[in-house]
Amino acid sequence: MKTLLQRTLGPLTAVTLALTVWLGIWVTPPDKVQGDLARMLYIHPALAWVALYVSFGTVVVASALYLWPRTRSLTVDRVAEAALEVSIVFIALTLITGSLWGRPAWGVWWVWDARLTSTAIMGVLELGIIALRRANLDPDIRARRSAVLALVSALNVIIIHFSVTWWQTLHQSASVLAPGGKLEVHGSMLWTMLLSFVAFTLLFSWLTRERYRLSVRRAGRTSDVLQAALAQRQAEGVPR
Amino acid sequence: MMRVAWLVARKDLRIETRSRVLLWQVLPFGVIALILSGLAVGPNDDAMRHAAPGLFYLVILLVVLFMIGRAQAVEAPAGTRTSVTMLGGDPAGIFLGKTLALALELIVTAAVLLAGVVVLLHAPLAGTASAIPSVLLTLGALAAGGTLYGALVAGADVQATLLPIIALPPFAGLLIVGEKSFAAAVAGQSSVKWLLFLSVSLLAYLAVGILLYGVTEES
Repeated sequence: MKTLLQRTLGPLTAVTLALTVWLGIWVTPPDKVQGDLARMLYIHPALAWVALYVSFGTVVVASALYLWPRTRSLTVDRVAEAALEVSIVFIALTLITGSLWGRPAWGVWWVWDARLTSTAIMGVLELGIIALRRANLDPDIRARRSAVLALVSALNVIIIHFSVTWWQTLHQSASVLAPGGKLEVHGSMLWTMLLSFVAFTLLFSWLTRERYRLSVRRAGRTSDVLQAALAQRQAEGVPR
Repeated sequence: MMRVAWLVARKDLRIETRSRVLLWQVLPFGVIALILSGLAVGPNDDAMRHAAPGLFYLVILLVVLFMIGRAQAVEAPAGTRTSVTMLGGDPAGIFLGKTLALALELIVTAAVLLAGVVVLLHAPLAGTASAIPSVLLTLGALAAGGTLYGALVAGADVQATLLPIIALPPFAGLLIVGEKSFAAAVAGQSSVKWLLFLSVSLLAYLAVGILLYGVTEES
């Protein structure tokens, strides 16, 4: 039986996303300097937040739980797998929206900026973990190794986070929560931006849940096919 | 732990000296990759000298993939892993031993390639010599990381193609910092902050390897 959260997660995600779109396009004013280009503010930072902190954070926590013998279970491994795949989608969207903003703002689709480069590397790192998950290994060994690789890859998130401070290249530094806690976005723009963070976090939760359910169904189907094949072989062995 | 590390390192190095794979396959590959890099840059002396640190590390990264694969391949024959596990050797010791062997092999390879960088790419000899500390730190980090990533793909049927996709993205950071420190040394500038970053990377890889190497093997 579905819980209230399970029943409402999908509709809640759709409503918050629709609200973000409505506020972002029709309610908030254009920026004084960037004009309508600043509306990317309601998509790009939220996508990056989910890609790097929420989804990969989930992967790291689930991986650590799998490596800890007391909490090791197929469930946490499936959560790690689901969150990882969703994270890749969000990283790709982060890079694409950043590039769409960068072309008119910076004049190029891509620059070798520390934040951009480290984020792109993060995407490839995650592809590596997925490749390892597809390798033909014992399921438990595969899960352990994927968990180790996820934990090692988490170091890159720290580099991405501090890249704008350490290297001070083209990408702007923190604009919502700047060092010292001073807010640099105000009014309806701030609320719309914060709503986008909620909306995309909910989208992540919904996608991860659906991906997790798919894994469970797939495992069940594989088990059914195996049982049917075994039953067939046993029937063949019965003397007539 | 250190005793196991020493035994494993000696075993890997003995296999290497007997098989001569490093001498007859890895080193020639590194030299040809360096020559091809020079050809790709073109005959412009300034451009070549400017690109030399980056090209050196690019070739090192290609070479290290071979060597990681090789370090895992010596454990591949049927029953070897099981035998090592049954002997009850400390996984941290095995990790350190394999890292030490790989680091020594990398140092030999890097020495030849550094000579190639001076001769073929016209990097200044004094500047190249002053880059040696940063090169050693980078090679150490590559060896520790490489041993860990090699263990993660060991036994997979797609090991040869899986290793680059797993190892090269995290090594990109070492390539960047290694190149920066090498270029700073060649230009006579301070490379302290890069050396610090490389030291932290080396220690981080060693710590993760010592803690988690055993997890990749047990079943």
